[in-house]
Amino acid sequence: MPAAAYEGEAGNPPAVAVEIWDAGGENWPEGLRSQYGDSIKDAASWAKKAVEVGAELVCLKLAGTHPDGANRGPDDAAATVKEVLGAVSVPLIVWGCGVAEQDNKVLPRCTAAARGENCLFGSITEKNYRTLVAACLADSHKLISESPLDINIAKQVNILAQDAGFPLEDIVIFPTTGALGYGFEYVYSIMERGRLAGLSGDQLLRQPVLCDVGAEAWRAKEARASDEELGALGPAVRRGPLWEAITATNLLMAGGDILVMRHPKAVEMLRKAIGTISQPGGTKAIS
Amino acid sequence: MYVIGERINGMFNDVKQAIVEKNPETIKDLAKRQMAAGADALDVNVGPASSDAEGALTWLVECIREVTEAPLAIDSAKWSVMSKVVPQVPGKVIINSSKADEDTLEKYVGLAMETGASLVALTIDRRGVPGDVERRVELGAQILTIAQAAGLPMERLFVDTIILPVNVAPKQPVNVLEALKQLAMLSDPAPHMVLGLSNVSQNCNERLLINRTYLTMAIACGLDSAIMDPMDKELLDAAITAELLTGKTIYCDSFLTAERKRKQAAGG
Repeated sequence: MPAAAYEGEAGNPPAVAVEIWDAGGENWPEGLRSQYGDSIKDAASWAKKAVEVGAELVCLKLAGTHPDGANRGPDDAAATVKEVLGAVSVPLIVWGCGVAEQDNKVLPRCTAAARGENCLFGSITEKNYRTLVAACLADSHKLISESPLDINIAKQVNILAQDAGFPLEDIVIFPTTGALGYGFEYVYSIMERGRLAGLSGDQLLRQPVLCDVGAEAWRAKEARASDEELGALGPAVRRGPLWEAITATNLLMAGGDILVMRHPKAVEMLRKAIGTISQPGGTKAIS
Repeated sequence: MYVIGERINGMFNDVKQAIVEKNPETIKDLAKRQMAAGADALDVNVGPASSDAEGALTWLVECIREVTEAPLAIDSAKWSVMSKVVPQVPGKVIINSSKADEDTLEKYVGLAMETGASLVALTIDRRGVPGDVERRVELGAQILTIAQAAGLPMERLFVDTIILPVNVAPKQPVNVLEALKQLAMLSDPAPHMVLGLSNVSQNCNERLLINRTYLTMAIACGLDSAIMDPMDKELLDAAITAELLTGKTIYCDSFLTAERKRKQAAGG
């Protein structure tokens, strides 16, 4: 568990990823968009900017491939993946738009374009896993296995991937958490339960856990709302990143290993928290 | 559930014949099949098959070691045999078994400490198998005390509360369950609790059903290991399900497959 360095060797410290989109970033809330300026128009420049603000991994979400959005095709998406790989040297997460049919067309082209780069591709679900499992096996990538904050389904998706020939040690669990203020105690207890089961020998729950913090936190009205709408909770310029950072810190405490972030200030605060809790006696320093 | 496969025992005709004819294939095959079915360790018992227990045990071990590195439960009631064979067995060993009398148990614990082996200790002494719960627990406590005093880690100790056939000793199955519950509370960490499961149905009808039903009852009372037939698929499925229902494992739709795979991975 995090913040338990006094119990023994904790392995690699949690890692911070910064989220970028292939297209559609202009729809992000102003407080976020302004942090990245014009770079959001071009994934490669955005990726560089993400690294500048502290990304240890870049998380490229192919939001532009969504059929209801820009509906970019497999070729365009694969080209973007190549550009981002060329622009930055940190590890890359590539995430489909979440529409199974579209992802099954787009992602295999992207895994091929990124062959040999050992990327993390997402995500497989209980209902849709065969195509991406096969593509990641063929092109030697790692996999994100998604479950709706349900420990039973998390196990099930992993065993489905394993049955399809995918090694369990190359999987990252993604429980679709939620943000601060939206049933967070439940998120915490489910993640903690999974982590404890993994630590006590359940090989289907032993994988690292990825949390999609930025997307969840910035869906909350407390993070997005302008000063006119929610000024009582503090100025938007601080409220947004704080909401994200506190969501992230809680997910960190629940056992998150890879935290996907959006706001540079939140990234900074999270990295500081990780640095602190990874030290023996670190939790004392926080309190 | 730590499953110790029971099938390599001279009481079974195929094993007896293999020992007499020195036919290694039967033994290797039984070892492989039990491991593939989900055994974590294999019991090795010459039984009535040979007058040279030491020689026959050594031969069985050689056969088995050609096909698996799994821990072997060297099963003999004779100290003279145990003390000679155990140090010679390559790989992990479980000494099966010692009685709870102080002088006897100290010798066996000493052997376990010297060789790094695990030890099965029975709640039985020179007065015989306890007829009630209290003496079972008393002997269990004595086993824990002696093992702890010698520094034997609890994960290497298996306490066997001795189950007798239900047609012969109808009150014993319930007594054993109660003893399991009480012994589980005596130390933290607790030792493994083990039973020679098939004994409960010796000379009964519906043996598999009796074994299966009793195993789930015992798991609910804290049993975490059994000497049993891992190739009885329904038995192992029942054990996996009982561990799920007692909260030892977490559900998923493929929980049977998941647990069987875990066992195979652990067994190498």
